[in-house]
Amino acid sequence: MKAAVIRFPGSNCDQDCFHVLNNVFGVETHYVWHKETSLDAFDLIVLPGGFSYGDYLRCGAIARFSPVMKSLVEQAEKGKLILGICNGFQILCEAHLLPGALVRNQSMHFVCEHTLLRVEGVNSPFTNAAITGQILNLPVAHGEGNYTADEATLRELNLNSRILLRYADAGGAITAAANPNGSAENIAGICNARRNVFGLMPHPERAAEKILGSEDGRVIFESILNTLGISKAA
Amino acid sequence: MTTDPAITPEIIAKHGITPDEYERIKSILGREPNFTELGIFSVMWSEHCSYKNSKRELRKFPTTGPGVLVKAGEENAGVIDIGDGWGVAFKMESHNHPSAIEPFQGAATGVGGIIRDIFTMGARPVFNLNSLRFGPISESKNGGADSESKNQKSKIATNRRLFAGVVAGIAHYGNCIGIPTIGGEIYFDESYEGNPLVNVFCLGVLRHEQIARGAAKGIGNPVFYVGAETGRDGLAGAAFASRDLTEESKEDRPAVQVGDPFREKLLLEACLELLATDAVAGIQDMGAAGLTCSTCETASRGGTGVEIDLAKVPKREVGMTPYEIMLSESQERMLIIVNKGHEQTVCDIFEKWDLPYAEVGVVKDDGMMRVLDHGKVVAEIPASKLADDAPLYEREAKPKVAKTTSEADLLKLIPSPSAGAVTESLQSLLAHPTIASKNWVYRQYDHMVRDGTVVLPGSDAAVFLIREAGKFIAATSDCNALYCSLDPREGARIAVAEAARNLACSGAVPLAVTDNLNFGNPYKPENFWQLRESVEGLAEGCRAFNTPVTGGNVSLYNENPSGPIDPTPTVGMVGLIENEKHITTQSFKDDGDVVILIGDRGSEIGASHYLKVMHGRKEGLPPRIDYTRELALHEALRALIFSDFVKSAHDCSEGGLGVTLAECCISGKKTIGAEIDFGDTGLRPDQLLFNESQSRVVISVGKANAAAALALLEWRGVTAQRIGTVGGATLEIRADGAHFTWNADTLHKAWYFAIRNCMS
Repeated sequence: MKAAVIRFPGSNCDQDCFHVLNNVFGVETHYVWHKETSLDAFDLIVLPGGFSYGDYLRCGAIARFSPVMKSLVEQAEKGKLILGICNGFQILCEAHLLPGALVRNQSMHFVCEHTLLRVEGVNSPFTNAAITGQILNLPVAHGEGNYTADEATLRELNLNSRILLRYADAGGAITAAANPNGSAENIAGICNARRNVFGLMPHPERAAEKILGSEDGRVIFESILNTLGISKAA
Repeated sequence: MTTDPAITPEIIAKHGITPDEYERIKSILGREPNFTELGIFSVMWSEHCSYKNSKRELRKFPTTGPGVLVKAGEENAGVIDIGDGWGVAFKMESHNHPSAIEPFQGAATGVGGIIRDIFTMGARPVFNLNSLRFGPISESKNGGADSESKNQKSKIATNRRLFAGVVAGIAHYGNCIGIPTIGGEIYFDESYEGNPLVNVFCLGVLRHEQIARGAAKGIGNPVFYVGAETGRDGLAGAAFASRDLTEESKEDRPAVQVGDPFREKLLLEACLELLATDAVAGIQDMGAAGLTCSTCETASRGGTGVEIDLAKVPKREVGMTPYEIMLSESQERMLIIVNKGHEQTVCDIFEKWDLPYAEVGVVKDDGMMRVLDHGKVVAEIPASKLADDAPLYEREAKPKVAKTTSEADLLKLIPSPSAGAVTESLQSLLAHPTIASKNWVYRQYDHMVRDGTVVLPGSDAAVFLIREAGKFIAATSDCNALYCSLDPREGARIAVAEAARNLACSGAVPLAVTDNLNFGNPYKPENFWQLRESVEGLAEGCRAFNTPVTGGNVSLYNENPSGPIDPTPTVGMVGLIENEKHITTQSFKDDGDVVILIGDRGSEIGASHYLKVMHGRKEGLPPRIDYTRELALHEALRALIFSDFVKSAHDCSEGGLGVTLAECCISGKKTIGAEIDFGDTGLRPDQLLFNESQSRVVISVGKANAAAALALLEWRGVTAQRIGTVGGATLEIRADGAHFTWNADTLHKAWYFAIRNCMS
């Protein structure tokens, strides 16, 4: 198995994603510069967090025009696994690989803190190692993580169990207090209809080692390894 | 092109150059300077660049030690050894004046500047801290008459605006560039009204052999300009920073730069990529005094000359004069001396990162900084004279004698509080913005990127795992300016001790110090005296703790129309934690753990936050510190930590034992109570709970280890006593027959939401 971490010029979680895949899970991982045009060699493609192009206009709005994006869309159509974290989620929405948009946090402030997430569905290549209703402790760090979509889209997402993670409290209740950014229906992560493209605002790569205070992010990577038929790393 | 104005005494004075200094310039040049040259001298000889009023004092700092790889003043930042061939470059720098005028951009570009200082050394920046000071953001307990309180309200609104703007600016820059901001300190006091302090710290990691130098070596080597285009922003910012702030300072807004963190991110990656090749002979960032400073300093360090042609400099605006180009402080620019034959490597890397670059000049052997414009000489100055021969002054110093009310008189001045007043005082202290949780601030900073923040913000010291090196670095910034205002020498001595104590509490051994000296106008003898006393105090402290000063920054002229700021010599200290198991945080962990006070109960109430916050008095003398006792405490605490006895350790500072114990209960993942009994102390309860005597730490240890821990402390000759037990939902304190009770959740709410409530 080979994983790619795409580097846009302003990516800044690229090294963290690389570290967790390569060093924590022992996956052969490569950086792919955004000006490259082929992603054929990879089984998993990660769009890491950061500020891909400074994002003064709208997060991810320019990144979608990067040369690598054409190949990314092709790989998505082929069914390859694509994981967009934070800014990566924003880029996937801008590129219309996922529906909806991520707008400014309701508080108007950047927010960096640990949040609790409820796993809404385990029928996906990214959550199959989790249990439905499981509570995950994952950090968020974003200024524009307020998921917004029209009613038809939200209905469609619910109907087809495409909402994989929601912000919740410790008891699993979906409350306004648990929602760090004003996201519609407390949505934290969604997948596409084919379920091979997953975008989420929280950072599983910041919660994959005990020393960082939570290992709950491991379940996302373990699910991916399950899906690709690879036994869990130690 | 416009013609330059003639040099008149008015023009000279407007550049902040004294008649004596002008004579000195003439003798260096052997002629009258032209307008561009006058501008160049004015920024290089400003306090900000030349330290002309402080350099003699700064020489008092210890700067050497076995671990020092790059000394203070040698390069853009000092570098110290952390073992196994790895080093860390770190430095603190101020952006006070720009932040007073334009808080968002002022603070943002401050962060940008300090990050450039670090990667210029060849180091990858890994985390930031900041030390901030503002006027009050909450109404004081002693509000005056109606008209007065109206005035106070408008001041508070301004202070909040500055605070919010600075925090947003730091967040904007640090978050985008992907360097976590993991700690620091924030104080609120009237003396910073209109003149906030924004001191930013950055630390980077590098291999010893990767240390880059800012010297123009190699005659004939090409000089490259890389990074953002030059514009008219930040014109002569260094000179602006070297004057008092006045009502008219708003008109200086063009002297504040505009930051572009995305450009800086590209510049950082491109420079580190380039430094990994053999292409670079020397590298220097364009910070204060921009192109001027980088050309003359690289030439001076290299013992060479540098010739550049301004026609080749990438520009953002048309029609810029040589004066404007040389004095611009546009951000995100670097000067690189390239080994001849490696030009293409530079071009390839900067093309890859879509950044402007241009070959603008060449290294010469004549020692001159020569500036051409389309081939015509517009400035020609001996580089080393300009960079290193600024005049040095010994300013007049006059002691500022504070009203030194004795401890006994202080206690007479304030009534002995009722039990209810004691209970309320602790809650009020915890809710005071200086002491309250800073979560409203650090939630806005990405403090987790780079996957290394192993102690989240809010403990005594920040702890970061540098993965490249496999090392745990602890860092803290400290200065109690209230102490410094009443006794600058003792205040500075305590600042160093507190920093070292915070590191000890986290399990670290201190390595080195960077300092940021924030004072008022040095031409006022009392301000200069404060500077000198503080420097001597810091120097003594750094010697005592064996932590050489590896660099820093001096910011003078911090005044507003009502006077100077409290003297604020901020200490940034870096330490190393040997073993992951030694990482210690301040919060109580488990029911049944035993609470031990290391050090005395203390009694000194002078200069305490209790007096200031509860009684409106900045009065008395700060507590005295004894370095022998302090050092013994640190050694003993580390011995306990290394023996795996310690579950939490928290130093005693603002607000005394009361605040320390409360913070132990409420600053962890979950709040937890404690039962404390001090027995008979013979002290008033407010004196017992809120005195700020030094050299004290509260630790908690597992019940089974309590006796061994106390025995170890006794064997080391360090005063210690068992004062209670962790557990329950309340903090209960008994002393001298009195019994005080606080609900831990109530204290947590008061402390955690205090700043958020002020700001929303």
